[in-house]
Amino acid sequence: MEHNLICIGCPLGCMMKVEVEEGQITTITGNTCKRGEAYAIKEVTSPTRLVTSTVKVEGGNLSMVSVKTKTDIPKNKIFDVMKSLQGISVKAPVHIGDVIISNAADTGVDIIATKQVKSVNL
Amino acid sequence: MYDVVIIGAGVSGCAIARELSRYEVRACVLEKEEDVCCQTSKANSGIVHAGYDAAHGSMMAELNVIGNQKMEALSKELDFAFVKNGSLVVCLDIDALPNLYKLYENGIANGVKELRILNQEEVRELEPNISDQVIAALYASTAGIVCPFGLTIAFAENAAMNGIEFCFDTKVEEIEKLRSGFIIRTNKGNVVTKYVVNAAGVYSDEIHNMVSENKIHITPRRGDYCLLDKATEGFVKQTIFQLPDKFGKGVLVSPTAHGNTIVGPTAIDILDKEGSNTTAEGLNHLIKTAGNTVKNLPIRQVITSFAGLRAHEEHHEFIIGEVEDAEGFIDCAAIESPGLTSSPAIGEKVATLLANKLSLHKNERFNGTRKGILNPKTLSPQERNALIAKNPEYGNIICRCESISEGEILDAIHRPLGAKSLDGIKRRTRAGMGRCQAGFCSPKTMQILARELNLDALEITKCGGESKLLLDRR
Amino acid sequence: MKQLIYDIVIVGGGPAGLAAAIEALKEGVERILIIERDRELGGILNQCIHNGFGLHTFKEELTGPEYAQRFMEEVKEKHIEYKLNTMVMDITPNKVVTAMNTLEGMFEIEAKAIILAMGCRERSRGALNIPGYRPAGIFSAGTAQRFVNIEGYMPGREVVILGSGDIGLIMARRMTLEGAKVKVVAEIMQYSGGLKRNIVQCLDDYGIPLKLSHTVVEIKGKERVEGVTIAEVDKTGKPIEGTEEYYTCDTLLLSVGLIPENEVSKQIGVELSNVTSGPTVNESLETSVPGVFACGNVLHVHDLVDFVSEEAAQAGKNAAKYVKRVQKDLNTLDEELMHEILLIPTQGVRYTVPQTIRPECMEEEQVIRFRVGDVYRNRYVSVYFDNERVLHKKRPIVAPGEMENVYLKKEDILKYPELSQITIKLEED
Repeated sequence: MEHNLICIGCPLGCMMKVEVEEGQITTITGNTCKRGEAYAIKEVTSPTRLVTSTVKVEGGNLSMVSVKTKTDIPKNKIFDVMKSLQGISVKAPVHIGDVIISNAADTGVDIIATKQVKSVNL
Repeated sequence: MYDVVIIGAGVSGCAIARELSRYEVRACVLEKEEDVCCQTSKANSGIVHAGYDAAHGSMMAELNVIGNQKMEALSKELDFAFVKNGSLVVCLDIDALPNLYKLYENGIANGVKELRILNQEEVRELEPNISDQVIAALYASTAGIVCPFGLTIAFAENAAMNGIEFCFDTKVEEIEKLRSGFIIRTNKGNVVTKYVVNAAGVYSDEIHNMVSENKIHITPRRGDYCLLDKATEGFVKQTIFQLPDKFGKGVLVSPTAHGNTIVGPTAIDILDKEGSNTTAEGLNHLIKTAGNTVKNLPIRQVITSFAGLRAHEEHHEFIIGEVEDAEGFIDCAAIESPGLTSSPAIGEKVATLLANKLSLHKNERFNGTRKGILNPKTLSPQERNALIAKNPEYGNIICRCESISEGEILDAIHRPLGAKSLDGIKRRTRAGMGRCQAGFCSPKTMQILARELNLDALEITKCGGESKLLLDRR
Repeated sequence: MKQLIYDIVIVGGGPAGLAAAIEALKEGVERILIIERDRELGGILNQCIHNGFGLHTFKEELTGPEYAQRFMEEVKEKHIEYKLNTMVMDITPNKVVTAMNTLEGMFEIEAKAIILAMGCRERSRGALNIPGYRPAGIFSAGTAQRFVNIEGYMPGREVVILGSGDIGLIMARRMTLEGAKVKVVAEIMQYSGGLKRNIVQCLDDYGIPLKLSHTVVEIKGKERVEGVTIAEVDKTGKPIEGTEEYYTCDTLLLSVGLIPENEVSKQIGVELSNVTSGPTVNESLETSVPGVFACGNVLHVHDLVDFVSEEAAQAGKNAAKYVKRVQKDLNTLDEELMHEILLIPTQGVRYTVPQTIRPECMEEEQVIRFRVGDVYRNRYVSVYFDNERVLHKKRPIVAPGEMENVYLKKEDILKYPELSQITIKLEED
């Protein structure tokens, strides 16, 4: 199988071709540097992404708090992770690093807060 | 049963309502949009014409000159922005010079005061940025500029203060003539009235034709405009016109009453009475022709462009008066330029007519003075601090481009006929009318609207109807 | 009116203002006040919830709020004063700041030095002259970002984006993740102004097409957007007839450029550059008005916040030095008579920041930031001291969307006592 990729390492944006046979990468072409090759291997074998979003906060000085997956998750799990955030709300106070959802969508990765929200007395 | 129902809450309808409120009368204004000043009255040049254009002897000429004379005093009574900045009609072609003199003579005949023909040097002295092609100009010191929203809203609020009712989102679908009076069928139910005033702007033909066999036809004549950043203030001081042609007064360059520069309008006859969309051709035409009268027009400083529709009738004359085959039905139709200027005179003319017909008594409680939204910029620092101490909202700037505070926005929402939408806030306070075009302030303004009107943010609209701004995040 | 006195007033509590304040304090000036118009410090970073910040500064990848938090904590720990919900209304040329908030009303602050850190605004639809109606549903990308991330609402469900600036790309992904359908991103230029990483991770990951050399030629819908027509443009940017394509949508997002917000700078009388729309500055990031400094997006639009922080720290340090000089009552005349070298951008280089250098006032090493006007491959970035080439650096690619820099050493410049101008250009060989 052949994969076409654009390298994101620098503005050059090399158009790379990666040949895969029986699950093994056979050739990588089109890259200018080593970083391109490393990127290509990662993108073809196990592409991952960090997912960020915001969730509702109750009783806080802000009405939404920003969150992220603590580390990258598999690319094909992005929408599952987003789905796990649906309808979620948290109570203030919230601190950076607080776990909002543990093991989101069975990725083994927690979703944590990336912003501080103070509680206010209503 | 109403004595009078006025159809249309544009500048004519609101002026009539205000003048009518001088009398003991049961009257109502029906408006199909969510607010006053939503169509022709909101999208025009905002010019108070001196009165030299309209043909001598016409109603247009008469009402223009009277309206012009009333405007300054009215701006103080009703507290809206008006500047008597003067106008110049510039002549670019020696062969057209006789036309400039004809305009001058027409103006004198119409009773316009202080008209002068200026030579090239005199024009340049007044306007350093005038085109080198200009050979002479007609100078009218009595011309001015007005905030068209300010004028219309002031008329409406003062009318409402004095007892005239307003029904918004109310579209007239049918009018039935009774033995005496009318039943007006609307999307909100029926209204019965002795007299009807047709001030429906580009729809005034449709309303007229519901009751009369003598059909009229209104052509929506679209005018595209570009509005330039306030940084251009002072580029021209007077309103600069080209010599008129058969499509009207041509493209003008003018300061606005709030310190922007306006360029426009085009004149394109169309079929769609809601067709207020700008077109690439229209905007390109503006940019090309505005350069005829001035040099180095800072057109790159445009902050918005828009289009308005004039209610043009082929005889180019106001149609004001009782309809011959429909007793009790008063037309106020074909009000195109100089309609804004003429509005104080139109209001008086129609109100007087109605007062005579209905033998109305004077409204002893009539109060003709209206305070506009307080502009803190006009206060001294001490006064401003006293205001903020009393109402802290005046210390919270919401619109940074125009420096509009929460206090002004609250005033706009809670006064008579208060704002219900982002555009309603914008037309009353100028919040969102500046260079960022509401990019920064719209989230905040929406929050204030939702809080004050006890609505969910999802229900807030740009300008009523289906113009909702936000959706739920699931 | 209440009168306050501070050594340094910083206008804006975003990334630039925070970094400037911290560095000014380190330099030994204590009476510092940050004025922020929003309800919290951190500026636009608060709505930039995506990752990709801080790789240069902290050697780790942070989200916008996390990046802002690190600076906010430092400001709070060091007890640097700040006022929230406070708007600067005016600044006079002799550095009297008039500000206003709900608690104190209008008040004046006398400052010895001022640091401008107001950031930038988005170009609006009006500035583009896109014809059509003016319905609800047209948002600048940053405003949409605020609605989604801060307020928790969606601007719409079917989206067309005009402009491929980074905020537009980020919002394409954000709206997609929230269940919207982003149909196309149209870019009038032949290249995208956004980072490659964003094109891949925000568009390609979700199969969103990017149409280069395309623009919106019409907006349909009288009350709410119903659709937009996009068309291909020729080399001059004019739409080509017959290439129109109609997309039904309820939302049009605009990501068509950022403009430094210098209305306050104009009140002070600060000279602005036609190219950057920001103040012209010397090596100390000092504007044409002595004691008034500028940094961050109000000076020139950046693509990475790390460089904003770096630049702001430099402005903070120099503002502090200025204050100390004024306090010692040193005659600043010497400074005005100082040898000043002009930096000239040419041959593909659009501008430089700073625009002038006084060698005596330089740090050991001075960064010169610049942008190029087009995409160029295999060029050399060259620096000339008058007519002598002193630097010749090969670059496989340079693009308008990525800020470039060169470093100049003080010792090198001092070797040329007669030097009058430094030219920065792109060369083929």
